[in-house]
Amino acid sequence: MSMRDVFVTTAEEVLADPRTTVVLADISAAAFAPAAARYPGRVVNVGIREQLMVGVAGGLALTGQRPIVHSYAPFLVERAYEQIKLDLDHQGVGAVLASVGASYDRAAAGRTHLAPADVALIDTLRDWTVYVPGHPDEVPGLLRDAVCGEGSAYLRLSTQTNARAYPGSGDLRVLRNAGPGAPLLVAVGPVLDTALAAVADRPVTVAWTHRPRPFDTAGLRALAGTEVILVEPYLAGTSARVVGAALADRPHRLLSLGVGRSELRRYGTPEDHDRWHGLDAAGLRRSVDAFLTPARAAA
Amino acid sequence: MTTTTATEPAVLRALLDRVRAGREFGANVYSTLDVLQVLYDRVLRITPATLDDPDRDRFLLSKGHAVAGYYALLAAKGFIPVAWLDDQGGPESRLGDHPDRLLVPGVEIGSGSLGHGLGLGVGTALGLRAQGRTGPRVYVLLGDAELDEGSNHEAIAYAGATGLGNLTAIVLDNRSASHGWPGGAASRFTVNGWTAATVDGRDHEALHTALTGHHHHRPHVVVAVVTDGE
Repeated sequence: MSMRDVFVTTAEEVLADPRTTVVLADISAAAFAPAAARYPGRVVNVGIREQLMVGVAGGLALTGQRPIVHSYAPFLVERAYEQIKLDLDHQGVGAVLASVGASYDRAAAGRTHLAPADVALIDTLRDWTVYVPGHPDEVPGLLRDAVCGEGSAYLRLSTQTNARAYPGSGDLRVLRNAGPGAPLLVAVGPVLDTALAAVADRPVTVAWTHRPRPFDTAGLRALAGTEVILVEPYLAGTSARVVGAALADRPHRLLSLGVGRSELRRYGTPEDHDRWHGLDAAGLRRSVDAFLTPARAAA
Repeated sequence: MTTTTATEPAVLRALLDRVRAGREFGANVYSTLDVLQVLYDRVLRITPATLDDPDRDRFLLSKGHAVAGYYALLAAKGFIPVAWLDDQGGPESRLGDHPDRLLVPGVEIGSGSLGHGLGLGVGTALGLRAQGRTGPRVYVLLGDAELDEGSNHEAIAYAGATGLGNLTAIVLDNRSASHGWPGGAASRFTVNGWTAATVDGRDHEALHTALTGHHHHRPHVVVAVVTDGE
């Protein structure tokens, strides 16, 4: 089952709580049809109307409902950004936003369906929890945590996954320990396997999280030496400010890897885009090696 | 059901003057006063004592710039202390040029950016319905120029198509939309299945009849026309 399938199944289970309402804008409406029949009035499909989708979520939350809002990432986060800012945050209410179509999951669809800036945009808001699962089996626990919480959460589902799930709350988990003082690579969500492969024969500690917000800064401070490498499956540098602030009192160097800002105007597959953005194992290794190799003295 | 007594126009004017503090107010402030008065005097089941009652009616001021009369009315009805009116917009004031629901008792939504109230109103109506609360009604006050925002038309189409019968939109039509609404603002709603009444926005009896003239299986719009410039 894909993350999206698991999300739909779990959301239907969560709907057993009468406080919850799923809000859709046609995307995944067919998959939610059984839930809509079972819970009339609590699976709301507003049609292809994303501003209304988020506005409705705000209104529902004002009455005490817990909205789960779902669509494609660019339409959910970018198209209705002012509604997220005003109809949720400014009203002092929360919702769970769950997207599909992460970064370039739909590479062949072109720019309109790519949203690598989604986490950066959510990060302009205060006190959001952001979950970026790396495996479908992580989705049920994260969705339940998000729905049970009081504030707002963004759950970013992708077709890119790691080979195995790592359940957990989101604190940094060390997957590979290269010893004290070793450079620290922090991978977020589905880029873990590729990152591990990239530095398999390099003396680099690898830690991972599927919860970039709030970022586990205590864990970071405990693990980080002088060199820190961030590998994120969305816009490069999204978490750089968090790492920079967490390590502000220490001399350190930071390499932030992720999806680049340029519009490639190319189709292909997610794997092609990984390669073009330097997020395949070979590309990551090149970037890490360049970062860790001491600059040669000028001839 | 009428829950509060009529607001004396002179009292309301005096409160408004305290908000005004010598400033010039535009037509949008005065054109909204009558409909606000009828709503709070004779239509809305909300009092300062039932602010948090889940079964209260909801009044959402979407055109958040029409705030002076709103604050004056909230003061007249005892939702906020009259003294708050004196330093509206000041550094310690809870009363901004647009209302903030977290700062002002009785304010259901923070508004200011146009085109947000109706979507929030649709969600509120859906939430009440999901909770089986058939008593309360949701009223959203918009301006005719605010209807320019496309988000309203998302809400109008959806509410009409799904027969959201616990929702009333009020369009204060002071003919301020740059490109107008040929055929009338109400037609944008009725074509989507709403019931509608277009009345003189100064005529309290006509406003009351229109504001209570809804059916319970379709959303309702009241277009309150105010063309005398004040």
